[in-house]
Amino acid sequence: MTTRYLEIRQGVLSKNDQLAATLRGRLQAAGLLTLNVVSSPGSGKTALLERMMGDMRKTGHPVAALVGDLQTDNDAKRLARSGAPVRQIVTDGMCHLEVEMITAHLNAWDLDLNTLEFFFIENVGNLVCPTWYDLGEDLRIVLLSVTEGEDKPLKYPSMFYSADVAIITKMDLAEACEFDRALAHENILSVRPGIRIFETSAKKGTGIAELIDFLVHTRAKKYVG
Amino acid sequence: MHELSIAYSLVQNASEAAQQAGARKVNKVFLRLGQLSGVVKEALLFGYDIATKGTPLEGSELVIQTLPIVIYCASPQCQQEFTISGLQGFRCPKCNQPSNQIRQGRELEIEKLEIEVD
Repeated sequence: MTTRYLEIRQGVLSKNDQLAATLRGRLQAAGLLTLNVVSSPGSGKTALLERMMGDMRKTGHPVAALVGDLQTDNDAKRLARSGAPVRQIVTDGMCHLEVEMITAHLNAWDLDLNTLEFFFIENVGNLVCPTWYDLGEDLRIVLLSVTEGEDKPLKYPSMFYSADVAIITKMDLAEACEFDRALAHENILSVRPGIRIFETSAKKGTGIAELIDFLVHTRAKKYVG
Repeated sequence: MHELSIAYSLVQNASEAAQQAGARKVNKVFLRLGQLSGVVKEALLFGYDIATKGTPLEGSELVIQTLPIVIYCASPQCQQEFTISGLQGFRCPKCNQPSNQIRQGRELEIEKLEIEVD
C-alpha cells in the first residue's frame, strides 16, 4: 500500500448548498421572495411575523410561513392567527434548520406557491448554529431586541455578518431598558458595514409598514425589474 | 452545538471522496476552518470521533487549519487586503474604513485527505 494525498477542496456544507440552490430556483420560479428570519430565542420573531403577515395579507400581498422550533407547534398556531398558511417544523432538539427540512415540508404541503408573493422561514432561535445553513432564501433577516443589550452583534459577529437586513425589535420597551440606539446601530454596522437597519414594535405596530414596503420593493425590483 | 451535524456532513463527504479514489484507509482529513465559520474547533474534534464510528474514517485524524479573517479595503489610499485580529469590527487597520469585502474567514472546507491505496 502507498500513502498519497487526495485533493478535495469541497465545502463541508456543499450538499446543503446544492439543495438550497435548487430550492431557491423553485421558489423564484414561482415569483416568491423568501426570507430566513434568525435571532436568539425570545427576540420577537414570531410576534413580528404574526403582525407583518396579517398586515401583508390585508394589503394584498399573500404570504406563507414555515416555523422551526425544537419542540411544540405553539409558534405555528400563533402565526396562523394572521390567516396565512403556516406549517411547523419540530426539529426535536436540533439547533438549526437545514434545507432538506424546508424542501420536505414544502413537498408534503398542499400549498400553491404560485399564489404567493412572500415566504417566511422562521428559524430556530439561535445566533450560532443556523449561520451558514443556506435555506434557499433571498434575504436573511436578523433580529435584535432592545432587551438583549446593544453588544449582541459583537458577541455573535458571524450571524450578523451573514445577514442582509437587521431589525431592532421591541422598540416600545427601549426607554424602559435605557436602550442606547446609536450604540446598537454602531455595533451592527461594525460587523456588517452598510446593512439596512429597521426599528419595529410588533405590539404598537411601529415600523411595520416601512418594513413591508421595503420587502415589497425588493420583490418588485427582483421580478419586475 | 451544531458541530455534530457539521461532523456528520464532513464524514459523509470525505467518505464518498475516499471511496471514489479507491482508498483502503483514510489516515488524515485536512480541514480549512475560517474564524467566521461559527464552528468551535474543539467541539468539532469531539463530534468527529462520534461521527466517524463505523465509517471508513474511523480512527483517522482530523487536522484543522484555522484561518484568520482577511478583508479588502477599497479606499483609494489602500486598495489591498488586510488580516484583521478579532471579529468585532471589519475595519481597515490602516485607514479605519469599514469593509464588507471579506476575502477569507468563512471557510468550512475539506482541503485534502491522506489515504492509503494499493
